[in-house]
Amino acid sequence: MKTSDQWLDRLAPWALPLLLLAAWQVLVSSGWLSSRILPPPTAVLSAGWALLSSGEIWSHLAISSWRAGVGLAIGGGLGLALGFISGLSRWGERFLDSSVQMIRNIPHLALIPLVILWFGIDESAKVFLVALGSLFPIYLNTYHGIRNVDAGLVEMSRSYGLSGFSLFWQVILPGALPSILVGLRFALGFMWLTLIVAETISASSGIGYLAMNAREFLQTDVVVLAIVLYALLGKLADTAARLLERLWLRWHPAYQKKGANA
Amino acid sequence: MTAQQPPRQNNGTALKIRTLSKSFGDLQVLNNIDLDIPAGQFVAVVGRSGCGKSTLLRLLAGLDQATSGALLAGGAPLADNRADTRLMFQDSRLLPWKKVIDNVGLGLRGDWRPRAFDALRAVGLADRAWQWPATLSGGQKQRVALARALIHQPRLLLLDEPLGALDALTRIEMQQLIESLWQQHGFTVLLVTHDVSEAVSVADRVILIEEGEIGLDLTIDVPRPRAHGSFRLAQLEAQVLDRVLARPANPEQPEKVSPLPTQLRWAL
Repeated sequence: MKTSDQWLDRLAPWALPLLLLAAWQVLVSSGWLSSRILPPPTAVLSAGWALLSSGEIWSHLAISSWRAGVGLAIGGGLGLALGFISGLSRWGERFLDSSVQMIRNIPHLALIPLVILWFGIDESAKVFLVALGSLFPIYLNTYHGIRNVDAGLVEMSRSYGLSGFSLFWQVILPGALPSILVGLRFALGFMWLTLIVAETISASSGIGYLAMNAREFLQTDVVVLAIVLYALLGKLADTAARLLERLWLRWHPAYQKKGANA
Repeated sequence: MTAQQPPRQNNGTALKIRTLSKSFGDLQVLNNIDLDIPAGQFVAVVGRSGCGKSTLLRLLAGLDQATSGALLAGGAPLADNRADTRLMFQDSRLLPWKKVIDNVGLGLRGDWRPRAFDALRAVGLADRAWQWPATLSGGQKQRVALARALIHQPRLLLLDEPLGALDALTRIEMQQLIESLWQQHGFTVLLVTHDVSEAVSVADRVILIEEGEIGLDLTIDVPRPRAHGSFRLAQLEAQVLDRVLARPANPEQPEKVSPLPTQLRWAL
């Protein structure tokens, strides 16, 4: 009985999506829903297959992932660095924090017109926007994480002779890591959101461009396919972040699910 | 190696505290404390909450700076040799992201792993070396913290209520462990505690701090190993407690209630 329970546990999250897909297919093929509004799942699949076999989809996926990755690396790296500065030094906090908080409150997508003026519809425009979108969640959580490192542990470590870089590397960074990883997950969300908007507005390649281009030719199936691709990529990024948490927070009681004595 | 006197290898710090004062703003926490602690002595410091006993320990550990006065180890300032002094906190303060053995080796360089194993073996936790601290019980965490302090071969071991959060049986076990390690290594111990009975049963000398001053300095002249619940210990405990609770000391203990063999002989 136990194994069948386990299977049920595994399958349960998929039941609702599968049911919705089936309902969708039935509604469209029975004519209740025009395929102009929503193409049936089979059409989306075949559109995907066509793009896959022509190889076109790979170039779009690659360019979108490249933009997301580079933007996240730049924005996340800057956010991490600024967070360290604000978190580690009083002077840095006074100098930086209020300015960063001020800029943070501007919705970064409001900068799109300005960004187009600056960079045109070049790659750098999209990378810039993604970087801006992922900078603040990482900054905020890094800063917050460092500030909340247990002062008792820092005091203890100092009394055992740690200071400077070794104190940072062995105590402050691992102590702030749970919070930094929360920031990373937020940043991944912002990363896709920004990329979708940027690619939809101004691009000549990428998944957003694929969707906009398909819209002009009334290829609803390709539009839906693009949305599904975004969902899959988002899920992939989230899974990657979870893996990092599992790897780096093994010590944390919350991540020691089974075999506490392992 | 007699039972009366533990072997003193003169590994301990001879501590001299001279007119030590500490105030936080207007609040005078320690007021002109003068204290001499010979090398290798086991001293328990007791007192009510907020009497300044933990502050004294933090000054000795170099975590806070004294307002005035001097702390000397032998002839030199205590601060000259920070590595000789180790403090054990009430909460174990293990780094949760380091395995037990890496916690023991914190701040060490070179090939410290074998020494860390030895230290863990001394506290009976060698088999837990590769586990995360989160999997240990409170008493085990404190034993790891003790190993972490001992690996530095301190000459002065400061214990800030390290047993405060443990259950009664684990406490007694820890007291015995600390006592035996002290007898083995001969360092000087300053144990801050709330528990007068613990202080009396484990220390050579009990110092009571009241409102920032030394209120009582009592030598515990009971030979080791000490039996739990011995009458003499109970007497000494009562003496300290009476003072803490500001009751006048009993005028000369009335003779022992249960007749001891010597008295019987007189009675006959």
